[in-house]
Amino acid sequence: MTERIGVYVCHCGTNIAGVVDVAEVTRWAAENLRDQGVVVARDYKFMCSSPGQDLVTDDIKEYGLNRIVVAACSPHLHENTFRTATARGGLNPYLCELVSIREQDSWVHTDKAAATAKAKALLAGGVERVRRNEPMEPIKVDINPATLVVGGGIAGISATLEIADAGFKVYLVEKSPSIGGHMAQFDKTFPTLDCAACILTPKMVAAGTHPNVELMTWSEVEKVEGYVGNFTVTVRKKARYVNEDLCNGCGVCQEKCPWKVLDGDFEAGMGRRKVIYTPFDQAVPRVPVIDRPNCPYFQKGTCRACEKFCDAKAIDYMQEDQILTLQVGNIIIATGYDLFDARRIPQYGYGRLPNVFTSLEFERLCSAAGPTNGNVVLRDGKTPPKTVGIVHCVGSRDQNYNGYCSAICCMQSLKFAHLVRERTDAEVTNFYIDMRTPGKGYEEFYDRVLEEGGHFVRGKVAEITDAARLPGEEDKLIIQVEDTLTGKQRRIPMDMVILSAGLEPRAGAKDLATRFGISCSFDGWAIEKHPKLDPVATMTEGVFVAGCVSGPKDIPASVAQGAAAAARVLGRIQQKQMNLEPIKATVYAEHCSGCRICNTMCPYNAISFLEAEGVSSINAAMCQGCGTCVAACPAGAISGTGFSDEQILAQIEGLLSVGADGAPLKRTAYPETHHEAIEEAVRA
Amino acid sequence: MSTQAPVASASAEGAAPDATFEPVIIGFTCNWCSYRAADLAGTARTKYPPNVRLIRLMCSGRLDPTFVLKAFSEGADAVLVSGCHPGECHYIEQNYKALRRFHLLQRTIEALGIEPARLQLVWASAAEGVRLANEIARVTEEVRALGPLNWPAASIVDVDGMELDAVWEATGGDAGGLPATPGGANPKHGAEAIK
Repeated sequence: MTERIGVYVCHCGTNIAGVVDVAEVTRWAAENLRDQGVVVARDYKFMCSSPGQDLVTDDIKEYGLNRIVVAACSPHLHENTFRTATARGGLNPYLCELVSIREQDSWVHTDKAAATAKAKALLAGGVERVRRNEPMEPIKVDINPATLVVGGGIAGISATLEIADAGFKVYLVEKSPSIGGHMAQFDKTFPTLDCAACILTPKMVAAGTHPNVELMTWSEVEKVEGYVGNFTVTVRKKARYVNEDLCNGCGVCQEKCPWKVLDGDFEAGMGRRKVIYTPFDQAVPRVPVIDRPNCPYFQKGTCRACEKFCDAKAIDYMQEDQILTLQVGNIIIATGYDLFDARRIPQYGYGRLPNVFTSLEFERLCSAAGPTNGNVVLRDGKTPPKTVGIVHCVGSRDQNYNGYCSAICCMQSLKFAHLVRERTDAEVTNFYIDMRTPGKGYEEFYDRVLEEGGHFVRGKVAEITDAARLPGEEDKLIIQVEDTLTGKQRRIPMDMVILSAGLEPRAGAKDLATRFGISCSFDGWAIEKHPKLDPVATMTEGVFVAGCVSGPKDIPASVAQGAAAAARVLGRIQQKQMNLEPIKATVYAEHCSGCRICNTMCPYNAISFLEAEGVSSINAAMCQGCGTCVAACPAGAISGTGFSDEQILAQIEGLLSVGADGAPLKRTAYPETHHEAIEEAVRA
Repeated sequence: MSTQAPVASASAEGAAPDATFEPVIIGFTCNWCSYRAADLAGTARTKYPPNVRLIRLMCSGRLDPTFVLKAFSEGADAVLVSGCHPGECHYIEQNYKALRRFHLLQRTIEALGIEPARLQLVWASAAEGVRLANEIARVTEEVRALGPLNWPAASIVDVDGMELDAVWEATGGDAGGLPATPGGANPKHGAEAIK
């Protein structure tokens, strides 16, 4: 077949045309790539617009085109758009090739002549490549209607309920003994001051009792295999030492357990809990867990009080971790965040000065179910503070720790200011860098706190110390700050200081990302497929993210993301099948020598050796299309569709047909002996 | 291998490095990390020299050694291989296979008389647009300092398709009159090869 190629060069407004001479590239392609089969070359303002796509579909018919090259943006953005346009014109969609002259050219270069020359080279590479493109059919895979939700915070619960209510099975895996997440630790939510427990616990109960939800708390995902529609997930269900089927959640074991330890998790170190425990009274499920490292029975062999008092005979000291295998079609990751460890800023004195609290500690202090029954008191447990300082941006917007804004701290700090005013007669001062209240009712809440008499000092706190220097500073915490509105250094004595700590990715976020095959930013937040247009999808088909796993968010945003991810999953489930890129490796049996080099290359064990035929064979369903075996085969007996040797080698030729100045590339060549040497080297 | 050529040093034997020399570099990127890093560099308008031309592979493990040799033979002054950081491969561990091939390839090209610095490996995650841009800039400057790919026994072919002999005759058999390659091949070696 003679190639008849259509070339389309996009201006993208001025995004491309502002740097690359689009008309020149088009003219050049029409003239210089004629021998490669280019029969028509056009430029257009916005190729992705409807008239732009029509150029492609119309030309296919008018000029009898059988290959399309669009020089525009990254294939990650619009490859699908132009493949669809190509298909509308009656061609196989895989006969269309996208060349990135925006992300890889006009947006990153300033020298117009060099950028134009590069655009020509990239275009020539695309034209050479597209000539070797083969028609392909997408692979259809069935979508298992069951879904895995990882993380039982508000985002995960929200996603779970949306899918379960639509009538589909959800496995909700949570690593702690109860779902609820950080929200369960909060007392009030900004800006409406809704009681966090009052709005969260009904959702927790709904998720815990829903017939379509299989709740797996005290469990962690260990391994994920497979691909969209057909994931096999290995979950470790840690031993609770309490039989979930027998336990009725009466709580007698907790009451009778004579051992108390500091609760560093739910109570953020502010309170104590029993050794057999549920994290909090409204925990879902109500089934407790034995804290094995702290349990005298496990450590010394004595006690067994819980077993003695359990009427249901649910205590099972012999219980072991269970490894469960789940089959799911889609996965939603909603693993949330870790609070910034304020100890990392030693000059703020947290951990050294007793009356410096973190935001989470203060939340527990405010909680009616917390260690002080909601009384705001100093670390001694009885003295109400007369003056309270709230320090914003602790660990956020600080190049020494995290450069980003944690998004929730301003509002959280304003909420604390309100709660302190509500529960004590203390004067409250907020120390802020900038006040950020971008949300519905947020600025109004700021105004309200101002009207309530909250004080505000604009400046980053330099130090919090108990070293008194001036009269009135004795037995106080002194906040040293530059008030940037008056331009003066100030020392302000306080009884209590609350550090509004920022949000950080979970410890082990990178491991988690690797396990699920998604990417993390430098900070450790999960990367979305598109930060604006696809904020809950990831580059890995079938794996979605919701809530703070992809960056700091407040509760409304987390809930919305949970529901959004659920909607994406439900769409997949409703389709029952979806198309996958047909990028797979295949062995040409007649070329295979049976050397088995490829057998060990595949991380998915998709390649097996057929003893009878003496050749290797690739299981298409298991192949993920990385192409490593294609590169490894010494006989060239494995072909990789979509990224074949022919396509890549041709693309190299095309890319190197144009020099840095836009003229044909002058090459140094080498004698025949070197040809032989290369071939020998390749063979070796 | 019959011709174990010494590693070429363009600037040592030839004339002073050509100030106008712009290297052409082929970069191989994986679909998931380094190509995304290039996308991110674009979206963030992070500038880097226009000397690199990227090819997308699904994984750095797809890098067939012949791709690299092909690039050199087609006139690339350097080849950049980029993939996900070790331990972060989208295909679990295939970037380690790229790493192994990279080390073997560096030895191979050295044996062929190409400076190992003309083949470089850069890990870049999908979040590291700035890193990729900086590395491209670094490699470009290193290659610029090395000068054009100058095989020890290299002769010159005009891209228009003139055969070596034809070029030789057209220039009257005078090595000094050969059409200049970007930066110029080593005329001494070229002449010897033809004779």
